[in-house]
Amino acid sequence: MTLVVDGLFKAFGGVQAVNNVSFRLDAGELLALIGPNGAGKTTCFNMLNGQLRPDAGSIRFFDNELAGVAPRKIWRLGVGRTFQITATFGSMTVRENVQMALMSYHRRLFALLPRAAALYVDEAMALLDRVGMADQADRPCSVLAYGDLKRVELAVALANEPRLLLMDEPTAGMAPKERVELMALTADIVAERKIAVLFTEHDMDVVFGHAGRILVLNRGQLIAEGNPAEVRENDQVREVYLGAELGHA
Amino acid sequence: MGFYIVQVLTGLSSAAALFLVASGLSIIFGVTRVVNLAHGSFYMLGAYIAYSLIDLFGRGGLGFWGGIVLAAVAVGMIGAIVEVLILRRVYQAPELFQLVATFGVILVIQDIALLVWGAEDLVGHRAPGLTGAVDIMGTPLPAYDLALIAISPVVLAGLWLLFNRTRWGTLVRAATQDREMVGALGVNQAWLFTGTFFLGSMLAGLGGAVQLPKGGADLLMDFNVIAAAFVVVVVGGMGSIFGAFLAAVLIAELNAFGILVFPEITLVLMFLVMAVVLIFRPWGLLGSPEAPGQKGQQGPPEQPLRPAPVRVQMAGVAVVGFLALLPVVAGPFALVLTVDILIFALFAVSLHFIMGPGGMVSFGHAAYFGGGAYGAALLIHYANSNMESAMALGPVLAAVLALVFGWFCVRLSGVYLAMLTLAFAQVAWSVVFQWNDVTGGDDGLLYIVKSAWADTAQSWVPFYLLTAVLCLSAMLFLRRVLFSPFGYAMRACRDSELRSHAIGINVLEQRWLAFTLSGVAAGVAGSLYVFSKGSAFPDYMSIPLSFDALIMVLLGGVKTLLGPIVGAVTFTWIQDEISRFEYWRFFLGLAIILLVIAFPQGIAGFGRRYLGPWFGIRAEEAQ
Amino acid sequence: MTFTRRAVLAAAAAAIVAIPALGGSVAHAADTIKIGDINSYKRLPAHTIPYKKGVELALKEINAAGGVMGKQLELVSRDDGGKPGEAVKIAEELFAKDKVALISGSLFSHVGLALTAFAGQNKKLYLAAEPLADALVWAKGNRYTFRLRPSTYMQAAMLAEQAAKNPAKRWATIAPNYAYGKDAVAAFKKVLKQKRPDVEFVAEQWPGLFKIDAGAEVQALAKANPDAIYNVTFGGDLAKFVREGKTRGLFKDKLVVGLLTGEPEYIDPLKDEAPEGWLVTGYPWQFIKTPEHKKFLDAYQGAYGEHPRIGSIVGYNTMLAIAAMLEKAGSTETEKMVDAMKGLSFDSPTGPITFREIDHQSTMGAYVGRTAVKDGQGIMVDWTYEDGANYLPPDDEVRKMRPTS
Repeated sequence: MTLVVDGLFKAFGGVQAVNNVSFRLDAGELLALIGPNGAGKTTCFNMLNGQLRPDAGSIRFFDNELAGVAPRKIWRLGVGRTFQITATFGSMTVRENVQMALMSYHRRLFALLPRAAALYVDEAMALLDRVGMADQADRPCSVLAYGDLKRVELAVALANEPRLLLMDEPTAGMAPKERVELMALTADIVAERKIAVLFTEHDMDVVFGHAGRILVLNRGQLIAEGNPAEVRENDQVREVYLGAELGHA
Repeated sequence: MGFYIVQVLTGLSSAAALFLVASGLSIIFGVTRVVNLAHGSFYMLGAYIAYSLIDLFGRGGLGFWGGIVLAAVAVGMIGAIVEVLILRRVYQAPELFQLVATFGVILVIQDIALLVWGAEDLVGHRAPGLTGAVDIMGTPLPAYDLALIAISPVVLAGLWLLFNRTRWGTLVRAATQDREMVGALGVNQAWLFTGTFFLGSMLAGLGGAVQLPKGGADLLMDFNVIAAAFVVVVVGGMGSIFGAFLAAVLIAELNAFGILVFPEITLVLMFLVMAVVLIFRPWGLLGSPEAPGQKGQQGPPEQPLRPAPVRVQMAGVAVVGFLALLPVVAGPFALVLTVDILIFALFAVSLHFIMGPGGMVSFGHAAYFGGGAYGAALLIHYANSNMESAMALGPVLAAVLALVFGWFCVRLSGVYLAMLTLAFAQVAWSVVFQWNDVTGGDDGLLYIVKSAWADTAQSWVPFYLLTAVLCLSAMLFLRRVLFSPFGYAMRACRDSELRSHAIGINVLEQRWLAFTLSGVAAGVAGSLYVFSKGSAFPDYMSIPLSFDALIMVLLGGVKTLLGPIVGAVTFTWIQDEISRFEYWRFFLGLAIILLVIAFPQGIAGFGRRYLGPWFGIRAEEAQ
Repeated sequence: MTFTRRAVLAAAAAAIVAIPALGGSVAHAADTIKIGDINSYKRLPAHTIPYKKGVELALKEINAAGGVMGKQLELVSRDDGGKPGEAVKIAEELFAKDKVALISGSLFSHVGLALTAFAGQNKKLYLAAEPLADALVWAKGNRYTFRLRPSTYMQAAMLAEQAAKNPAKRWATIAPNYAYGKDAVAAFKKVLKQKRPDVEFVAEQWPGLFKIDAGAEVQALAKANPDAIYNVTFGGDLAKFVREGKTRGLFKDKLVVGLLTGEPEYIDPLKDEAPEGWLVTGYPWQFIKTPEHKKFLDAYQGAYGEHPRIGSIVGYNTMLAIAAMLEKAGSTETEKMVDAMKGLSFDSPTGPITFREIDHQSTMGAYVGRTAVKDGQGIMVDWTYEDGANYLPPDDEVRKMRPTS
């Protein structure tokens, strides 16, 4: 089992943002975390990636406890991340962004003399090739189209050969066609590398089209869990989402 | 008892002028993000203009108070003119660039004030009806102190009403919180900024005018108040008027009582307060965190680093060749000047290293320059060291200072980081300045003698060559580091802290080491400098030197690697040439202002744009 | 927009190109002796502009009288910006480019000391005009540096001698928080304690230079309840200190001793608020009736339409000293000039002056007296001219302080 989350709690002031959340995630699985605004998705996510420390509960990632561990250490354990609003290095080229992650992975961050641009070129190009960005490798990241930035982020997230990917709204801000392509790409990569993925998402087409399993949060609590068909039929979920959107998927 | 009450009241009255100046500075910074160094000059102008107006109107109640108010309005108008004529043209430049323009304004105003009001200090008029003292439980308190104590709350209340009860004030508050939003609301941003400058400068002028009965007008007022004003703004929290009030009172009271216990604390007290406040409250007492993405990233994003094309490399070789030939073709003074230029170029490059690619602006970089200088000088004095080992070990002191100060500084960001570096630099400066037994205090350490082979009394050539080799090597080393994984990681931390964390980069450690590396390079420059001058003084650690370096970097162009070098050469050389004139500050200020307006991306940024293609620097795509 | 940018660019380019052309033109007359003058003309113009006027007056008179060794004296004047590093660079330039025979000037002690070190290391003659630091001729002195103005120690000793005659026992001091202030307080304490072992110092205040928080400082001094106060603040600090002190009744029934307070640079701006009855060093230019001074005063007022300051007389005497030295040396070779400077005596408007062989300090004295206000102006009364020669430590003490080289 890649990830075992058990009894997670987090409160802000008097508000219980996450209330006793537990779930499991296995290699090769695409798990979606959904819920209406304010349901606690982001809080939950930020506890997994280390930005927030849970009040209680445990997050087992293979043999390691992640609760309260700094983001950079979580990454070292083999957890990759993409952000809702892409976070890349604007003053670097596409390839350099990936090289940067590779330099960190190979613990070369304090090397003062080697030429960074010549390090791990082949590995970086292979990753960019995998996400379909090899032809733009030499462009500055600051001029890329948004969909391409998302791909770069995916390549960066794959640089440390992660066993778990945390993707916060991976398709936010993208055109519908791009969304499908990106998720298909992600699914392929996950399958071939046996990576576990946990993602949050607003777009129900993406969720129901690509997730193997879905967790539904409402008011900090898990109200449903199961494959898309099960979740779609869940009354409580229908109630939360007012029934409207789910029917289309 | 009476004594302590009077001391409290004295502190409150001292806080008044400080609050007025600082509130103006805070408003200007909050809305326009301009670090307005010329704010002290507006304070000085307020004092001079009020003095002349009171002379003109007569010293009656109406003449006195009318003169003060009119002087404040006049200074407000001068501030607005400066904004319209100069600053408005450079808002699109990289962050902090406007600071260079305001530095030019300081120089211009200094010489104009000297020309108009003469060199002699003017002792201020007394306030009619308030010349005597009030007895408070047996201890006298000047009556005018009571007036000053009343002025701050009145102005504070007025500002509160302005910001909360008028449309303009609401816009100003909105702009303080989110500049883009105001632009989106369709507000004429240009006039909002002009209005802000008018208000802020007016408050500075008012501060200068109301302190007349406590002092007067002199030509050093501008520099003397500006550091204190910045400290108050930062301690209070940028953009917070109540914070400024609180900080002014806090600092004035701590000073009033501090001197009773530690009379010598006067130089360092407010900087200690600022350091402590920033360590525990990184955004000041009542400030709020800076919006992310404002760390030197104004304007178009920086372009990726590319290795120098062949033609640029050839140009570099040509420069080295020129430097190597200089002793043959030029007279001894050309070598002296070039030594200065090389040292300042290294100093500026070291600052640019953390400021540009590192995204950490330092207002106190002279601490490390001076650290290297004193490291070497102390070794010569107390360890009987020779020049070679003193030069090699001197920068160790700079490294220690950078390690200690850097550990705190890298935890902050933006202007707060810059101000913490300033605070630490002032603390270091005051230690050197006051520790007479060891450092010689202001009398410095003399006879920092060169080794016989480099004795400049005989010939400048060997020492010149030593300087050229050391400075060029250090600059090339820093350049190399920028292209290394370390340099990339440093830029990564600047570009996106979030992403850096998420790929395992220890941002604080990376920054800390970068800060230290830069400090060591500055220290190398400093230790060369003491040998070139033959003596060490606290000046080599002082605020003006820190700002010289800052201006070199910004003037040259913070977004290019050549920028600091071009800036150092230009600034040092122009200053050397212009300082021969009687009113050289006026012309230097004017030259700086013109350069700023002509080259908003810095001189090297401009050169890159227009000469770049010829040199084979490829134009990057723009968004 | 493009037009204005281009215009500004053109202007900037023109300015930069024009600078060397404007700055580089130094007339090279073969039959002049050049003197390099370095001072902080912009940092403390209230002091340095009168200095320059004094220098230029003397120069005019010397040259009108035929110059020295048949040559005219030519001054190459530069501003050091109050920065020691800048001053050293300018010194290099003056010797290398302008071929001056010697340098003189400077006001700030640290700048003077930087030039002292420069002179010692480069074996060039430097005549320090105004800097007061004791170290300049003692602990840090060297063969190539001489000083004209009476030092901190000398002026403090003059005041201490007078102060010792007063019964006051409890003393408080206030001085700017830097080397000059510290030296001035230490010297005063030392001499006063020698003459009056019974006095005690009950409070010290050290405001930052030109950053005095006068109200709080005055209160702090009052709290110690001293019989007498020794003041070293000057300039803007002095004005604030006097005003606060008066308003708060600090000076009532107390002896106040003020170093330099009677110098016109500092007492003139105070006008009718000048302190009264303070024991001070200064320059009572109105009342010095010697023919030499009268001649100087008339010439100065005739030339500039204003009265001289202490800086004026120091500047004037500096040039007299240089002319006398050149006459004696008969050469502009550094070693010969240095030898001529040693023990050089000349007459000045303030009386005869000798540069002591032992430490290169001149014996130029100072005027010590009481302050008063007359016709809305601070003046000095009951003053005497104290010859500097009488206020220097014994020779063996001086020898111990000076480095052996």
